[in-house]
Formats: sequence, C-alpha cells, structure tokens
Amino acid sequence: MSAIPTSSPTPDDTRQRGPLAEVLFSLLRSGTFLTGLVIVLFWVGCALFGEHFAPYDPLADDIINALAPPSAAHWFGTDQIGRDVFSRVIVGSRDILTVAPLATLLAAVAGTALGLITGYFRGIVDDVVSRILEAFMAIPVVIVALLAIVALGTSKTTVIVVIGLSFAPIIARTVRSAVLAERELDYVAAAQLRHESALHTMFVEILPNVIPPILVETTVRLGYAIFAVATLSFMGFGIQPPSPDWGLSISSNYGMIGGGFWWTVLFDALAIASLVIGVNLVADGVHGALND
Amino acid sequence: MLAILSFFVRRVSLSLVTLFLLSIMVFLGGQVLPGNVGRAILGPFADQRAVDALNHTLGVDRPLLTQYATWIWNFVRGDMGTSYIFRSPVAPFVIDALGNSMKLAAVAFVLVVPIGILGGVVAALNLNRPLDRIISLGGLSVTVLPEFVTGIILILIFGVWLRWLPISAAWPRDAGFFTQLYYLILPSLPLFLVLFGYIARMARSGMIEALDSDYTRTAVLKGLPWRTVIWRHVLRNALLPTITVIATQTGYLIGGLVVIETLFRYQGIGSLIFTAARGKDFPMLESGILTIGIVYAVATLAADFLYSVLNPRIRLGSDQ
Repeated sequence: MSAIPTSSPTPDDTRQRGPLAEVLFSLLRSGTFLTGLVIVLFWVGCALFGEHFAPYDPLADDIINALAPPSAAHWFGTDQIGRDVFSRVIVGSRDILTVAPLATLLAAVAGTALGLITGYFRGIVDDVVSRILEAFMAIPVVIVALLAIVALGTSKTTVIVVIGLSFAPIIARTVRSAVLAERELDYVAAAQLRHESALHTMFVEILPNVIPPILVETTVRLGYAIFAVATLSFMGFGIQPPSPDWGLSISSNYGMIGGGFWWTVLFDALAIASLVIGVNLVADGVHGALND
Repeated sequence: MLAILSFFVRRVSLSLVTLFLLSIMVFLGGQVLPGNVGRAILGPFADQRAVDALNHTLGVDRPLLTQYATWIWNFVRGDMGTSYIFRSPVAPFVIDALGNSMKLAAVAFVLVVPIGILGGVVAALNLNRPLDRIISLGGLSVTVLPEFVTGIILILIFGVWLRWLPISAAWPRDAGFFTQLYYLILPSLPLFLVLFGYIARMARSGMIEALDSDYTRTAVLKGLPWRTVIWRHVLRNALLPTITVIATQTGYLIGGLVVIETLFRYQGIGSLIFTAARGKDFPMLESGILTIGIVYAVATLAADFLYSVLNPRIRLGSDQ
C-alpha cells in the first residue's frame, strides 16, 4: 500500500489515527471491499501457486478422455483434446493477472504524467494534448488495441503497451481535473513564489495531493484491463495458445457448445466474471473509503 | 440564437479535429506500422520484383503525406479502397455490415433505453430499500463483465439448456422482420446487460438529485399530487444527463459489437473489423474503424445538441 497523504493529521485528533490509518480502518469495515479482496486474493493465489495444487498438468492432453463431462476424476470435465478443465481454470489466472496489472500500471504512470502536465500548464499545451487524448477515447479500447496489435504483431508486451496507452487518457483526464482544482491552492502559489521548477511543483507538491483520485481511477481501470485482456484473448489477439487462459479457452471451445459441451466454457466464463466483479468490488470499496 | 450558433460551430469543429486525429492514428496503424504491405501479402518467399510491383500498384511506395491525402480524400468521396483479400471495393462491404450492426444495435437500444431508465427511476424512488440494492448492485455487476462472458452464459442458458433461442445470429435467407428479430434477441442481450447498468445508474442519480431539489419541494408543498410532481417536475430534469450517457455509450456499444458479432457469427461492422484484422486486410480494417469513429462522433454530437436544446442553461455556459 502506498501512503495516502491528505491534509496533515491534526494533533487534537481524539481518535489518534493518521489519515492512512483512517482509510485502512474504513476499508476493513467495508463488506464490499473485503468480499472483493477475498475473490481477488483467491485468484492471485491460483496465479502464484496454482501449478502446484492443480490436479493435472494444464497442458497435458488425453485424447481418449476428450470432452468428458464433469466427474470425480475431472471435476470440471475435459476439453476437446482431453485437457483437465479444472486445472486449466486454476492456472489460467496466471497470464491475465500478469498482463492486466502491468497494463494498468503503465496507464497509471503515463496518465498521471499527462494529467499533471495538462492540468498544470493549461493553455495551448492542455488544448493540444486534450484533443489528442479525446481522439484516442473516441474509439473503443478493443478496436484501438486490435489495430495496434495487428500492426505490431501479437505478444504479451504489445498487449500490455497497447492497453496501457489506451487507458492512459482516461486516467489523465481524472488527474487533470484534480490538478486544475489543486493548482489554485495556496501551497502551489507558495512553491511558485519560491521559484521551484515546474517539475518540482507538479511532482513533489501537487502529486501527493492528487493520489486518492489516481488510486480510485487505477483500481477501476484494473477491472477494465482484465475486461480488455480477456476480450482480446477471446478474439485471438491476446494471450496465445497453448497457455491456459480463460478467454482463449472459451474462444477455442465455444464452437461446440451447440453439442451440449457446456463445461468447456462455463467455468472459464465464471472465472472471468468472478475476477472482474472482485476487482470492481475492491475499487468500489477504495472509492468509498477515500471519499468519506 | 448567436449563442446556439457558436455552440454548434465549436462542437462540430471539435468533432472534426477528433476525427482528423483518429484518421491519422488509423493511417499510422494501418499503413505505416505494418511495414512492407506487398511483402506481407505475397509472403516471405515472393520475388522482390513482384513485391515492388504490387507495392506500386497499391500505391504504398509513395510519400506518406501523399498517401494520407489520397486515402482521406478518397474516403470522403466514398471510395474506401480495395480489399486485399476480396480484391474488390471495400465500401459495399462496410455499408452492408454497418446496416446489419445498426439492426443489432437498434434491438439492444430499443430494449435497454426504456428498461434502463425505468430501472433507475424505480431504484431512486425506492432509495436504499432492497429493490434499489438489487437494481444498483445487479446493474453494476453485469455492466463490468465482458460481453463475451455474459454472451456465453446466456447462450448456455437460453440456447443450449432451455433451447428457446437460436445460438447463432445468422438467420435463414429471406427471413422476414420477425424472424430476424427472433435471431437478434440473444445477441442483443449481452449488449443490453452492459448498457443497462450505465443507464440505470445515471437515471437513478439524476432522479435522486431532482427529488432532493428545491423545485420538487416547492411542487410538493404547493399541494401538487405526487404523480404530477414526478411526471412534470422530477423526470424532466432527472433524465437530461441520461441522454448524454446513452449517446456516449454508442462507442462502447460498437466495441461490444466486435465481440458479440464474432461470438454469434453475425455479419456486422464488428465482425468485419475482426475478420479484416485476422486477415491483415488493412484497407478494410481502416475503413471499418474510421466508419465507427464517424458514427461515434455523430452520436456524440447529436447527444450534445439534444441536451442543449432540452437544457438551455448549458448553451450559454463554458465548455468545461
């Protein structure tokens, strides 16, 4: 957890808690946050250690037992080449939980820098950059990503960079509006009177005060990053075979659900659903705790 | 009047700037980043002379600025270039696909706008009661899910287990209006779910704000019946922001179409883009994306105007 510097704690605070403790305390009381956290931690656990407790090798095929319905031997059944769906669902959390958070991190860093610059300098810099960012936001992320990935070739790095850069404008917009309000305050004027450089004023003076909105927006973006990575994988432009991945598994198996092989897609779909909802519950909790 | 006109001019020019930047991005992505187009089409073992000749025929050996100018000028005149894969003009494909997508989007919109608004209004009128919780939490949960995930689950429920609806949107040839509609219900449901949460949330918060306002209190205190207060005073003010949200969602709706049309094998603009992307058919891909950009820009403009006509207050305000 990074520190949440808001206003400095007043000495006469009777409860003797700093702002960080205050936020943590209200997070721990939030049922939404805790529910989300449990779900997310479960999948993080699967991503980190899944390989060790998955009952089968997620890549091992077994043609004789292909498309077997759920049973005691294969809890979630097997897919079209006999791979154990349960093991693939568990290990399938790994790639998406690497790619999505890294993309979000990139978006947060790039978006914060852009937001600080546009909000601080305003004027022509703001106008030019904001128009460019608006153009970016005018097309759905999935389509921007599709274009870029087709042009650059599919790889995890491309997916991270493309999603990161597509989300940066949205974070930039949030940061910009927070900075616009912040820069009218006395401490910014004081820094300018001390002849601090613009860089110092932006990153040392203003940045710590706009961390809460950045944190909220970043958590929300993480949910959308998972959404985007899963969708790209489903369309064949994200995580590549033979990696076990939820979106990819659905795309390679959904052609057969007309035949009633529901177990080859249902569990992957539920896994994506639970992870996305978990992250959004966490985001909701963080939002609530920081806006109390 | 002058204020309306200047608002109009500013909004339209803003959209044009956005579209211009988008076209540059599409051009860069479709024609500069991929590198040697002739080589990509003919493969790594083709003769260099054949590659050069193809590049010359396609016009990709000219200076970038010339290429961009020609491309955009042709696009504006309705010539979207020649598909690498089909070796025939792109425009008819795009127009056909756009028409199909509009059908699908229309079904989703016709379902979601009234139901979403109704959901939000009902939630606001039952603020913090169980019904509100169910609508708000349920709406929020389905909104954040990828369309293909809700799509798969809906296909399993209504197509595979209950067998009520066809699992593909490809209707039989010469199908009539109602048959087409029947085939479009299942594909439109995931889009419905994504949009429902947004629309209901906006309608709910607009309602809460309007219910809390001075004019509502005045209306109640002067003895108007509750029903009149809601219809004449609250709803009118509450639904303004919802209109904007509905229009902004067009973009997301189209993004969702790419996935939904792929999942349901429907020949719309989304699956056109998807197929073009898979086949590296750049003229098709570029035209598809630019078309979507234009649709989005027009929808946003329309929403802005509708909003400003309904709410004179923002016409005179700044654009912030």
